[in-house]
Amino acid sequence: MTPKEYKYTQEHEWICPESKNKGKVGLTDYAQSQLGDIVFLDLPAPGTQVEQGKKMGELESVKAVSDIFAPVSGQVAEINQTVVDEPGLVNKDSYGAGWLVRLELSKPSELDALTDSDKYDEFVAQLTENESEQAGG
Amino acid sequence: MGQDMSHHYLLSEISKPGKIGCTLPALDVPPTELPPKELLRQELELPEVSEVELMRYFTALSKLNYGVDTGFYPLGSCTMKYNPKWHEDIARLPGFASIHPLQPEESVQGALQLMFELQQYLAEITGMHATSLVPIAGAHGEFTGLLLVKAYHQERGDKARKKILLTDSSHGTNPASAVMCGFEIGVVASDSAGNVDMKSLESAMNEEVAALTLTMPTTLGLFDPKILEISQLVHERGSLLGADGANLNALLGRAKFGELGYDYVQLNLHKTFSTPHGGGGPGSGPVCVKEDLADFLPSPLVIKNNGRCEFVSQAKSIGRIANFYGNFGVMCRAYAYIRSLGAAGLKEVSENAVLNANYLKEKLKPYYYLPCDRTCMHEVVFSGRRQRTKGVRTVDIAKRLLDYGLHPPTVYFPLIVDEALMIEPTETESKQTLDAFVEAMKEIARDAEENPGILHTAPHNTPVRRLDDVRAARNPDLRWEMRSQGFE
Amino acid sequence: MPSPYLPSADADRSAMLREIGVGSIEELFRDIPERLRHANFKLPSPLSEMELKKEFNQLASRNASSDNYACFLGGGSYRHFIPGTVEHVIGRSEFYTAYTPYQAEVSQGTLQGTYEYQSLACQLTAMEVSNAGMYDGSTAAAEAAIMACMITKRGRVAVSTTVNPTYRAVISAYVKGRNLSVETVELNSSLSSDCACLVVQQPNFFGYLEQMEAHVQKARDVGALFIAIVDPISLGMFKPPGYYGADIAVGDGQALGNPTSFGGPGLGVFTCRQEYLRQMPGRIVGKTVDVEGKPGYVMTLVTREQYIRRERATSNICTSEALMALAAAVYLATLGKSGLRQVAELCYHKAHYAAEKIAKLKGYSLVFSEPFFKEFAIRCPVGPSEINQALFKEGIIGGLDVSHIIDNSMLLCVTEMNTKQEIDKLVEILGAFYGARHESSLPAL
Repeated sequence: MTPKEYKYTQEHEWICPESKNKGKVGLTDYAQSQLGDIVFLDLPAPGTQVEQGKKMGELESVKAVSDIFAPVSGQVAEINQTVVDEPGLVNKDSYGAGWLVRLELSKPSELDALTDSDKYDEFVAQLTENESEQAGG
Repeated sequence: MGQDMSHHYLLSEISKPGKIGCTLPALDVPPTELPPKELLRQELELPEVSEVELMRYFTALSKLNYGVDTGFYPLGSCTMKYNPKWHEDIARLPGFASIHPLQPEESVQGALQLMFELQQYLAEITGMHATSLVPIAGAHGEFTGLLLVKAYHQERGDKARKKILLTDSSHGTNPASAVMCGFEIGVVASDSAGNVDMKSLESAMNEEVAALTLTMPTTLGLFDPKILEISQLVHERGSLLGADGANLNALLGRAKFGELGYDYVQLNLHKTFSTPHGGGGPGSGPVCVKEDLADFLPSPLVIKNNGRCEFVSQAKSIGRIANFYGNFGVMCRAYAYIRSLGAAGLKEVSENAVLNANYLKEKLKPYYYLPCDRTCMHEVVFSGRRQRTKGVRTVDIAKRLLDYGLHPPTVYFPLIVDEALMIEPTETESKQTLDAFVEAMKEIARDAEENPGILHTAPHNTPVRRLDDVRAARNPDLRWEMRSQGFE
Repeated sequence: MPSPYLPSADADRSAMLREIGVGSIEELFRDIPERLRHANFKLPSPLSEMELKKEFNQLASRNASSDNYACFLGGGSYRHFIPGTVEHVIGRSEFYTAYTPYQAEVSQGTLQGTYEYQSLACQLTAMEVSNAGMYDGSTAAAEAAIMACMITKRGRVAVSTTVNPTYRAVISAYVKGRNLSVETVELNSSLSSDCACLVVQQPNFFGYLEQMEAHVQKARDVGALFIAIVDPISLGMFKPPGYYGADIAVGDGQALGNPTSFGGPGLGVFTCRQEYLRQMPGRIVGKTVDVEGKPGYVMTLVTREQYIRRERATSNICTSEALMALAAAVYLATLGKSGLRQVAELCYHKAHYAAEKIAKLKGYSLVFSEPFFKEFAIRCPVGPSEINQALFKEGIIGGLDVSHIIDNSMLLCVTEMNTKQEIDKLVEILGAFYGARHESSLPAL
């Protein structure tokens, strides 16, 4: 379901490691389904320093605001202008065209502690089960 | 039908050069030289529409609207009660509408007398010492109350008081107002009975806390029986207790915020005191305070000296928070309401409001999940979670109510109840109306089981169907534009 | 006790109590501590509608209304012509008894009316976007200053000395509320580099016109935003803020179809550049379509507001002045392109006629020589309060006493509502006043 080569966080971000200690960052399909239609993205400008686990931006659906967290530490090299112009891409193609920023990693070893795709799928499956239990109550 | 099309064209589209909407007199004095050209505007692009078209247009628009005069409007914590019609005539009397705020005080004694008495009535109703009528809406009143709290602690020389405590069921204006006054926020949890969790309060209440804001009854429509315990704890720790008075309709003529231990309360004349909502204002949000805070009230106050009313600005006042004295036009209506009801009438308001809400609670309980099954006050909060298991959400329930010609309750608030439905019938509804609402809700609950599709596609019978707010947010279209010919 | 506003009959109430399963309404108040649930309220005994109307008429008659007096007061509240259309639109109960349009499908009247207001406000100010309105001009200016601080991430607000003193006080209360700083600046002085915005009123408090382009440039030079406080009626003939480069333009819309009403309700007009849209406080209505493709209107960009963002909201504002904004829309649509220009020109010429005549009176002079619109300050031979008392006896409400700012001066306002006769009478009494004083100081013959 989720791309195998990507790494994942508990906050439902993914990072796709690229050469030269770079990485593309986005939100998982589970995240976009929970958030609903995305209407606006507030991404950190190129050059911004980000810290693993800390807020680096915001996104908005019609009736909610959510924080975007940095999956790893580093510097913003590039933002995806297409997704800024068309926030719906996060919903339509969260692992591809809906990518958010490209980072230059300052601590590449942080990648090792992130979740791989199998474990993330399990995590999501568990969450989904919990939700349907709650709703039934 | 031709008439039906009236509202489909905007003013910019109806406009045609040369049409006029009203006549104006010719200049009756010799004209003077115009100012330098660089100060003037060359073009002014406003619509040109005849009075006839204008009135048809706005009349058509009005018919698309649902107001209290249309029907049941059970929005929780909004107190959509009936607006007495003769109040409108009063507010429009030239002696009230056509007076200028900067006129000499001798020439507006009638207005000042009305404000002076209203200050007193509101203080009496809330069990407080003094009132400021200046705040222009509830949120403005909250902002004012917190500025008073800030001034109070500054005066005491207590610099540690940086935080405002709120409950997890508080209205969004509560934390927003706190931030506008430079405070941090702390949150106190509610317990499973819908009351303040005392352990949570005790651990949060320290010397950093300037005040606790506690709506009473809460936004769950429940009266916390431990209110005296809460106010005692707050005061013991050197803090203040403030009320968001949005829910005063439950206590009107029966209990006083001052006696419940509150130090200040902000009111909503456009809720409790029957003044019309206007589609989103004008409102009025007076603040009533105990003696400790009275010196800091915003300027000006109305006092009476030897039978003469005048404005005063107190030395320790937090200053001006609005251009003039508050929404006087709204005050006229609230004043009329209090004078026509008296203490006994106000008590009947809260009695009937609470009766109606409890009746709805009993009648709807079999069909919708009730998180706190206990006597409620003027409003009751249900959850749509039972319907959620069938794939029907509270928003669908709300939209389907529109097909019955009924305005839905407040939805998705308070945040601590999932799929919340917050129902406040008010006292100005008959049993017949309540029964019709219950019948509609029963049918919707049945449709949720047997025919959820009809709920997902609701509303069907309204002037427009469900609107695309994703598109509205992604591609904001917030105005039309008219440009003059050949003008860049 | 029966009430016209309590539709349930006694039998209904009894039936409801039975359904609930309690013996009396008293039992429903059990959660309130016993000794606190029977409070005593000292309020006047209730009266009937007829009796109260009589009382109200008496109360209203104790006020000198500008229907019976010629009024030359301005200073932030203005007596302008209100065409009949306005009252008949906002007097429709579908508009005035409606709530905030959260359920858009049954609130298209309010929403489309607001969209019209937003459009008209932008046409008038030549700014790119408008919100649905705020409380009044002063709080709109205060919120604009806060918005500028958030955008520039700076904490210092500069306000011109020529801004209405009450507006300056309100801006100060809001800015200091957030623990930011505010300073009053002379417009010929330079701005500090940490300035978030410069706030200038046009026409200013004294009625004359500022060199806005120059002031905008000064703000630009230090990277600050420029906030203009404008008189909406003046925009019928004067250059609007969108053309001289304002970033945010605010003002009071009371003059647009709303009576003076002893200072409230007013209307906070709030417009800004498109790029600052997401930092703009207040409600905003947007156009969209429904599931059938029909055009419709909704509140949009709601994530800026308090009920979503709570403590991170742009403002705490919830209820504002929606009905007054509707009144403003009807007013602007009724007057239209030619009407508003005509109103502005009537104000301009009448005010200048008055000023020219007063300037010729012995003992009087115009305080400022700059071009002005409808308000101007005059220096008087004696204190204005004395003059105003004399005027009042003759059925005239005189100008605003500004002696605490400029010795023996008053601020006069002349609008399209003041006739030549009224102006001539004003001038005559002012003139005779000096003549009488002058004669009384001569030695007895």
